[in-house]
Amino acid sequence: MVQQLGHLPMGWLLLALLAMLASGGFFVGRVQAERFNGAAGSVRVHSRPNYHGYYVAMWTFVPALVVALAYAMLGDGIVRSLLAGELPANFQNMPSVELDVYLDSIARAAFDHGYGGADRVFSAIANRFLELQGMVKASAIALALASAACGFFLARRKVAPGFRARNRVEGGIELFLFLCAAIAIATTVGIVASLLYESLRFFSEIPFWDFLFGTRWNAQTSAEFGALPLFYGTFMIALIAMLIAAPVGLFAAIYLSEYAGPTVRAWVKPVLEVLAGIPTVVYGFFALLVVAPAIRAVAVWINMTLMSAGITAEPLLAAQPTSALAAGLVMGIMVIPFVSSLSDDVINAVPQTLRDAAYAMGATKSETVKHVVLPAALPGIIASLLLAVSRAIGETMIVVMAAGQRARISPDPTADLTTITVQIVSLLTGETEFDSPKTLSAFALGLVLFVITLFFNLIALRVVQKYREKYD
Amino acid sequence: MTDAAPAPFRNEKALKRLKKRRAADTRFRFYGMSAIAFALAALSLLIVSILSQAISAATYHVVRYDVVLDPAVIAPAGKDKPADVARNIDGFYNLLRSNLLQTFPDVQGNRLETRELGDLLTRLAVLPVAKSVAANPTQIGQEMTIKVPLNDDLDLYLKGAVSPEARLKLGTVEQGTETAPGRVTLSGPNAFKGLQSLISAQRAEVGDAVDARSILVTSGPATGRVVSMSANSLEMDLLTGSAADYQGARPLARVIALPEAQRNVSDDQIAWTLALKDMGRISRVPHFSLLTHTDSTYPELAGALAAIVGSLLTMLVTAFIAIPVGIFASVYLEEFAPRNRLTEIIEVNINNLAAVPSIVFGLLGAAVFLGFFGLPRSAPLVGGLVLALLTLPTIIIASRAALKSVPPSIRAAALGVGASKMQSVFHHVLPVAGPGIFTGAILGMARALGETAPLLLIGMVAFVADVPGGPTDESTALPVLVYSWATHAERAWEPMTAAVIVILLMFLITMNGIVVFLRRRFERRW
Repeated sequence: MVQQLGHLPMGWLLLALLAMLASGGFFVGRVQAERFNGAAGSVRVHSRPNYHGYYVAMWTFVPALVVALAYAMLGDGIVRSLLAGELPANFQNMPSVELDVYLDSIARAAFDHGYGGADRVFSAIANRFLELQGMVKASAIALALASAACGFFLARRKVAPGFRARNRVEGGIELFLFLCAAIAIATTVGIVASLLYESLRFFSEIPFWDFLFGTRWNAQTSAEFGALPLFYGTFMIALIAMLIAAPVGLFAAIYLSEYAGPTVRAWVKPVLEVLAGIPTVVYGFFALLVVAPAIRAVAVWINMTLMSAGITAEPLLAAQPTSALAAGLVMGIMVIPFVSSLSDDVINAVPQTLRDAAYAMGATKSETVKHVVLPAALPGIIASLLLAVSRAIGETMIVVMAAGQRARISPDPTADLTTITVQIVSLLTGETEFDSPKTLSAFALGLVLFVITLFFNLIALRVVQKYREKYD
Repeated sequence: MTDAAPAPFRNEKALKRLKKRRAADTRFRFYGMSAIAFALAALSLLIVSILSQAISAATYHVVRYDVVLDPAVIAPAGKDKPADVARNIDGFYNLLRSNLLQTFPDVQGNRLETRELGDLLTRLAVLPVAKSVAANPTQIGQEMTIKVPLNDDLDLYLKGAVSPEARLKLGTVEQGTETAPGRVTLSGPNAFKGLQSLISAQRAEVGDAVDARSILVTSGPATGRVVSMSANSLEMDLLTGSAADYQGARPLARVIALPEAQRNVSDDQIAWTLALKDMGRISRVPHFSLLTHTDSTYPELAGALAAIVGSLLTMLVTAFIAIPVGIFASVYLEEFAPRNRLTEIIEVNINNLAAVPSIVFGLLGAAVFLGFFGLPRSAPLVGGLVLALLTLPTIIIASRAALKSVPPSIRAAALGVGASKMQSVFHHVLPVAGPGIFTGAILGMARALGETAPLLLIGMVAFVADVPGGPTDESTALPVLVYSWATHAERAWEPMTAAVIVILLMFLITMNGIVVFLRRRFERRW
């Protein structure tokens, strides 16, 4: 019997239970409040019957919801720790990882309605697992019902003509809205906490300074964790990207806001924004398919020319099939709209009076732009460039597909370099355990990435804010 | 006033300077135009290169087999239940392969050639046939027409993507005689002069490397590889067909630039494929299996169905979390939040989160959802949760903008007739801001749909052969499929990857189309 309970589909059951509790509470509260209208008492009814219904429903629903969430998060763990406590002594001495694997197989066997094999101990444990699970599930449902009943009776007692049900309900809704907004904070806290926690575990094994300033990176074999080549690759590729994106984006923004007519603007601006909407994996494919082979061909041609001209004896350029230049070029194209769109906004925000004043002095359009508009818009432009840099540093798919895996410091743009993001992906793909320095190093890299991009973003946002205040 | 006063600025020097300044102005304008031209050119290059690849994957070649479904092969005694038949890949494979061997009886006894001929057909390609026969057992013993995809390398060859190839129609062959087993001499007055000059032209271009190139001479079902030639006669190894096929015909010569040793397809295989094509057994059909099959290690069998379903499930989870939470959060921040330190922190936070690299969210997902909560790896549930956190700031920022654009008069009017703050927001402000919020939500979802890096970190990159049935099943997503196919070494994956990208872009274009439509339809200026 208890074993049968172990098979209860808790997700659906709890959902149905919660829906029933909420609608039941609403119905009872509303019916109770509707009676006030019939019996015209001396007290004025404050809230509409519906709000009394919502109030009762709220107090019935929320305690049950809390229990349900607690079950969803802790239920499995409780069953497992209960079972682990009952296991014979030889299991108790197992390493915890092995025990976990064993319990996983038990849970799977129990879930699949029994185990047909010959291992008696295993099937006995699986049955016991089902029993315990049934007990925990049944008690979770009982607890949910009990807490709902408590809330229900407490709330029902409050229902009275003078009771300000609407205010209470609205207070509850406002709290809920606040919790939604606080998820943003929770996310940041989660990011910082998880990165810090795993990184600290990493730095307890690998000295911090060795990681930051070591020049040899060989994490796949858990041997060397000097991340300097990674930082170098990241900044090299971001630099190439910005060499493309900064002039193109800036000139595009200037042309669109100062020179282009409304029709050109109406067509070109959305098309430029298409560049920002294309998934980065598509850019990665483009880099791999078109740009990297082209760069390799050009590099080989340069090598041949230089060698046949007798200027160099050996090939000058590495001419790898994947290269920093390919990744940087394509990333530059991707980043163009981030520069152009924000710069366009800030250039447009420069008051027309400044331009008119410059024209009145006889300045040409380009002189006005260079000497009046750009200096006025400079903070915003810098912010847009900073945001673009941060975007380029954090970009993953293009570099994963087109930059390469080799950690080295080389000034040659046709050599393959690796970046922080490439290493994070290659370290964490296909890994489940978070306890080797290899996987932990990915979190340390993530922390560095987060700190760098946060730094750029904070400055950029601050500058934009200051700038808005200036002209708004 | 037409007569200008003696202007001190109109002297020679000033005019010269003016000219210079105007030139600088034109230059500046030109820089702007070329910047835009560069960006547009890059975009068009990207789109054209992907489309041109994808078009080649839009169709593929299938081979028709007319076979009798011999029960002894596909449903031997003891293994004749439908479930066994559906699993009997070997049986069906042997059935079709022996059909090929019958078509080209010359290969019999030559093990290498037999194997190469068998490679025209991928073993697993018969699986759908086996399933359909198992579902309809009355077909066993009947004659049946089966269409099975051609091997991906030969498919690429027929599409002209394996190697550059020069083709030349030869002169009329008067006589074709078999001089030794498999050796045929063709003769005709000046029939091969054109081919000779073509070869010498190529020799002038690449030197002796031309000797490694295969010259295939085809007439009807027969194909031979040229050994030597003069203007009037040509000696060749016959690969398929017979000498009689050349009699009185004008054969077609193909000079394949890539030497046989550097290709995945041999001359024999090309000859068989051309013969099958001549028999009308190979046809080029739309590549629907790209949408109806799941992933496979063979490009000609692979499809994106599992990834499409995985992406939809992931998006469903993301939408269910990010859209309501985003709307409620923006309502709170825009309408209810008191101006204090906490709300200020929340605001800075949201702006920052919008710019945090997506891979950091992947790390969060790996550490918290997989490591701490122990949720299943590779599941759309986890992917959806991570993408929800990722898109939340985008949605909040867009919804706040929409709420901000609602004029205060609407709030004032609602409050004026006695509505509470909450009622004014939920009954009046939110419906008016609805289209704007909805467009922001769709844009956020579009961003989530194209996101790859965080999904890699939570293990959604696994090879998934089954269509996921629910949000906790192992699954992959469209952009991740693009990544994993793009990193395959075989050439045939390139057009397939491009085709998946086109599918992905179709989804994105649809979503953005909805946004444009909503903006046009509902945009209101107050």
